[in-house]
Amino acid sequence: MRFLTDRKRAEGRGAAGSGTEHHWQMQISAFGLALIVPAFLYVFGSSLGKSHEEVLETFSHPLPAVLTGLVLVVGMLHFRKGAQTMVEDYSKGITRKVLIMSIAAFSYAVMATGLFALVKIAL
Amino acid sequence: MVQLTLPKNSKMKTGKTWPKPDGATNLRKFSIYRWNPDDRENPRVDTYFVDMDDCGPMILDALIKIKNEIDPTLTFRRSCREGICGSCAMNIDGINTLACIYGMDEVKGDVRIYPLPHMPVVKDLIPDLTHFYAQHASIMPWLETKTNAPAKEWKQSIEDRKKLDGLYECVMCASCSAACPSYWWNSDRYLGPAALLHAYRWIIDSRDEATGERLDDLEDPFKLYRCHTIMNCAKTCPKGLNPAKAIAEIKRMMVDRMV
Repeated sequence: MRFLTDRKRAEGRGAAGSGTEHHWQMQISAFGLALIVPAFLYVFGSSLGKSHEEVLETFSHPLPAVLTGLVLVVGMLHFRKGAQTMVEDYSKGITRKVLIMSIAAFSYAVMATGLFALVKIAL
Repeated sequence: MVQLTLPKNSKMKTGKTWPKPDGATNLRKFSIYRWNPDDRENPRVDTYFVDMDDCGPMILDALIKIKNEIDPTLTFRRSCREGICGSCAMNIDGINTLACIYGMDEVKGDVRIYPLPHMPVVKDLIPDLTHFYAQHASIMPWLETKTNAPAKEWKQSIEDRKKLDGLYECVMCASCSAACPSYWWNSDRYLGPAALLHAYRWIIDSRDEATGERLDDLEDPFKLYRCHTIMNCAKTCPKGLNPAKAIAEIKRMMVDRMV
């Protein structure tokens, strides 16, 4: 039993002084993805069914390679922030903190692996 | 973690079916949530039959008729009977609304009435709004000024006064907050649509001099940014207001002062 007033419960620990940066970054990355994802899907889709050499050839050109790199970086940064919001919505305490760290690790790992593969193909 | 099933002591049982009124031909069936903290029983749903030829047109009319003529133990809040006080907010046919302005003809088939969802229940259809009211108080719902008060009054142009339309009409019935999934899961930290609508009402008041402090108090991943624009608040508001738009405006102001 804790004898807290209703107002103290409502106020909690006050405002964290953050949140707008996260919100604004999500808007920027969403706008960016709305432009680059359709272009990437077009490049990716037109490579489907081609031989291994032809696909490597396509992604070694500067434009498809840069586009793929952008999709990887911007997409995974957007995913990290979005998934963090989802975790904050549905979990609490230590579970929340561990999940947020896991999502960040997963996002950066996917980004690094993808960029490594892309560099190998492109160069 | 989020709870996906009801706790054992909250699972609902089938309740009592009350006898049909004698001689009535135009009957309507009402299934109403009942819970009494004193009898230590699980909640139940009682069934009542109301003679529509001898009842007013609103859901609240039927509830008052049930309480007066069938079951005086049925408990609910009501006061003004015209959508101004916000007391009789409840979940009717799956929609959070005010029983006094929700017509019987708006419900198809049997009428199912429950308290506002995801709020602690005091008894029957009465939710505990203590935390909801404390959150409203926390946004300082009053005019904050630093300049000495003028001799006569704080002046406001017609244009600035118009900005408060669609905001000041909120009657704090809690229908919106109780319809918001973000508020369901995080009401301990998220202020909810009603409190945020009121916060915006004071932020854009041309006479208020604490705009910066008000925005500072909301700059938080939970207090404000748990709103994911689900829009249940705007859909359910019995007064036709749009709290989601007010929240979006607060977010826009936050970005504007940063970028």
